[in-house]
Amino acid sequence: MNSFLNKTILMINKKVNNVQEALAGVKSNMTLMLGGFGLCGIPENSIAELVNLGIRNVTCISNNAGVDDFGLGLLLQNKQIKKMISSYVGENDEFERQMLSGELEVELTPQGTLAEKCRAAQAGFPAFYTPAGYGTEVAEGKETREFNGKMHVLESAYAADFAFVKAWKGDAAGNLVFKGTARNFNPCMCGAATITVAEVEVLVPVGELDPNNIHTPGIFVQRIFQGEKYEKRIEQRTVRQRD
Amino acid sequence: MLDKNGIAKRIAKEVKNGYYVNLGIGIPTLVANFVRDDIEVEFQSENGVLGMGPFPFEGEEDADIINAGKQTITAMPGASFFDSATSFSMIRGKHVHLTILGAMEVAENGDIANWKIPGKMVKGMGGAMDLVASADNIIVAMMHANKRGESKLLKTCSLPLTGVGCVTKVVTNLAVLEIKNNQFHLLERAPGVSVEDIQKATEGTLIIEGEIPEMDI
Repeated sequence: MNSFLNKTILMINKKVNNVQEALAGVKSNMTLMLGGFGLCGIPENSIAELVNLGIRNVTCISNNAGVDDFGLGLLLQNKQIKKMISSYVGENDEFERQMLSGELEVELTPQGTLAEKCRAAQAGFPAFYTPAGYGTEVAEGKETREFNGKMHVLESAYAADFAFVKAWKGDAAGNLVFKGTARNFNPCMCGAATITVAEVEVLVPVGELDPNNIHTPGIFVQRIFQGEKYEKRIEQRTVRQRD
Repeated sequence: MLDKNGIAKRIAKEVKNGYYVNLGIGIPTLVANFVRDDIEVEFQSENGVLGMGPFPFEGEEDADIINAGKQTITAMPGASFFDSATSFSMIRGKHVHLTILGAMEVAENGDIANWKIPGKMVKGMGGAMDLVASADNIIVAMMHANKRGESKLLKTCSLPLTGVGCVTKVVTNLAVLEIKNNQFHLLERAPGVSVEDIQKATEGTLIIEGEIPEMDI
């Protein structure tokens, strides 16, 4: 009987040495996906490098647009963003200014639709039907169809050049583990762009992560690096009193 | 007349044993404080947590554990975290039993508007359009009239819609109303509020059948 893999084999190595290598090839006019919900689970190091690179006219697909001095707000301050595709953008004065003055194009998308448009790109679905937004301005100009007595809107998958995601732990094979609600859009964006760049708080040796507990398999990630530092800013600090 | 906590307290009675519940920002968040102690219930927050717990004690805040309002929270024992697509699979797939959210306007046909005021800064719909389009059981928590005293329970919404024909129940500072057959049906009065008060504050078609009981809260 033939045996399978009766030899040494190397895992595919996705590790890059730093954020500069991770962002090689990112250019002006590209479409970028960025994970995170509010400031939770955002790719802080990649965003800082996007600012450094000074690229312009980018389209950003991200649930939110950061705050004035953190997250995608940093790119907005620098006027690097041409268009934002988001579900909620309320926490950013510079965003408001640019939107009202017409400098910034904004495409508001229902949150579940935004997540699914990413996931569809990852999963190879060109489009899907959702009930979200039917009968509202979100559905204007889009194909609609009835299924089981209910109306749905046809939404298409995103096409992006780069996806920037942030995980808690990862390994050189590109496997990712997220923590808490910092997971959010990050796994949906992995493999949804031509190149997915994952930054992690801790890069562990291959073999250390339990294969049973990988949230995103390495196949969806092209480059991985350990972020230099994480501020992990809290947007709304709410606490309860001790009795 | 009810205050915000009163509205939340009345809505809490709609939360039944075994329910998974999504709470919107504002009054809906307060509902969690009034849910009966003897029922099993889990709160879902669409940013990716099921089994949401109370705010953390000071010093125990974790930037990686927030709710959809971006507030620091805790997770209950037995809670789970998941990605946004999975979160909306729970919502769109009708696995979440009850959605409670606020509104600027509700119409007698169940239309809801709560995300955009033309001419004002548009912040976005967040998860509201997915929530209202998907859930079978949607309760709106709102004030019966706006600050200028104009009814928010209308024949037709004047603001851009969030969803069409989706609201089933409305709890306001004045009343509990059910929406069916393109009409508001008055179910209960808030303490100290008369049927006439409610009629006067409701622009949409209001059906009043028999004696309308006062809320038991």
